[in-house]
Amino acid sequence: MVKRNASMSVAGLAVPVRIWGQRFAFLVLLTFAFALMLLSKAETGALQNARIFIVDGVAPILSVMSRPVEAGQEVSRSVRNFFVVHAENERLRQENERLIRWMQAARQLEVENATLRAQLEYVPEMAPRAVTARVIADTGGGFFHSLLINAGARHFVQRGQAVVSHAGVVGRIAEVGDRSARVLLMTDLNSRIPAIVESTGDRVIVTGNNSRWPAVTYLATNSPVSVGDRVVTSGDGGVFPPGLPIGTISEASETRIVLQPVVDLARLSEARILDYGVEGILPPPEKVPAVDKAATATGTAK
Amino acid sequence: MNQPGIGTFGDLARRVVPGVTTVFLVFLAHLHLPFPYYTEIAPALPLMGVYYWVVFRPDLMPRILVFAIGLFQDALIGAPFGLTAMIYLLTHAFVLSQRRFLVGKPFWIFWSGFAIVAPVAGALTWIIASALRGAVLPSDVVLASIGLTIVVFPVVAWFLLRSQRWLVGATEPS
Repeated sequence: MVKRNASMSVAGLAVPVRIWGQRFAFLVLLTFAFALMLLSKAETGALQNARIFIVDGVAPILSVMSRPVEAGQEVSRSVRNFFVVHAENERLRQENERLIRWMQAARQLEVENATLRAQLEYVPEMAPRAVTARVIADTGGGFFHSLLINAGARHFVQRGQAVVSHAGVVGRIAEVGDRSARVLLMTDLNSRIPAIVESTGDRVIVTGNNSRWPAVTYLATNSPVSVGDRVVTSGDGGVFPPGLPIGTISEASETRIVLQPVVDLARLSEARILDYGVEGILPPPEKVPAVDKAATATGTAK
Repeated sequence: MNQPGIGTFGDLARRVVPGVTTVFLVFLAHLHLPFPYYTEIAPALPLMGVYYWVVFRPDLMPRILVFAIGLFQDALIGAPFGLTAMIYLLTHAFVLSQRRFLVGKPFWIFWSGFAIVAPVAGALTWIIASALRGAVLPSDVVLASIGLTIVVFPVVAWFLLRSQRWLVGATEPS
């Protein structure tokens, strides 16, 4: 009888102990999560390295998973093209005529430029070296605007480098793993790009605000900017080459000026990472051919 | 459905199904899909995995696993470590406490439960992310994302149900 009572009381105790144990574990994990969050906010190196390590580890999986998406995109594009081939042909013919005229103008300007430069003994700018990479993941949703690309330190990608597409500015490299890197998009809250309003020559900063339309800030109050004005990089700060298109002003009121980026970030499947101007970005001369190799490898094969 | 004994490879494979499917949803949620506006309003797929498995197989979706999946997602999206982990932990605790109202009920009740969890999780993420970033982040896309998350849930739940029937077996009638 006594024995039975004892065993019952032990069993009776076991349940509350287990419940308390579970509550304790929950609170410990919750506190741990909170502490990690605060530490991450302080951008400690160890946590950043852990993140890079994890992302680098799963980059091949993301790369494989993004393949069918690209294939689907390709198929839909082919189908669409099939139906609009006639109109497209006509459009291209007209564009071709227009471009031939532009080419002639460009040739004349090239000759004129060369002559003027020769007269002025102009020191030419170094053309930035580029690595092309595929976009393998779109991260962050509405909270953090970034992309993952399948090129990293082994392709000489470095933190701070400019990321562009054929149309214009995409963002800059924020984190670099060995074979992957994170691109901080120009729309992210942390993005600041020195720029010029082309029509007025005003120097401004294109400031990300986590919406699709970054703000144009530090513009002189009496500046006559208007909707439709193009905004290009100014080259200040040495990350972006000058003259790269960022966007066109889509709203200009007294309180806010925002722009529509030229790059359609949703449809961006490949991006180019530029080695431009920032000290230490260019690889040592003996490694230069490897960069070109990496560029073609990431651009086509990976 | 009876559970085979521990130790066989097949059994281990079955036991990791909830974790693996939820991690798969993490990857799927962050694929670069070429739809305009999709990135901002992408549905919270991993949350569906957490919710589903905590309701039907809480033994295979323990809180430490939920926490680890959250940390992994934080690493992937470049969020401060712990943000998503905390949201998933709270989801886990809430769903576990309300589980008895959800198990064995018609699907619409199960769905309604998620329609309560998703907005709370979304709003909490928005508040914490805004606090961490020191700015009020756009809320319209968050609302759209929550809406899409609720709408898409049955599709994902259907796939998870298939995987559960096929591999795991149900401890409770679903």
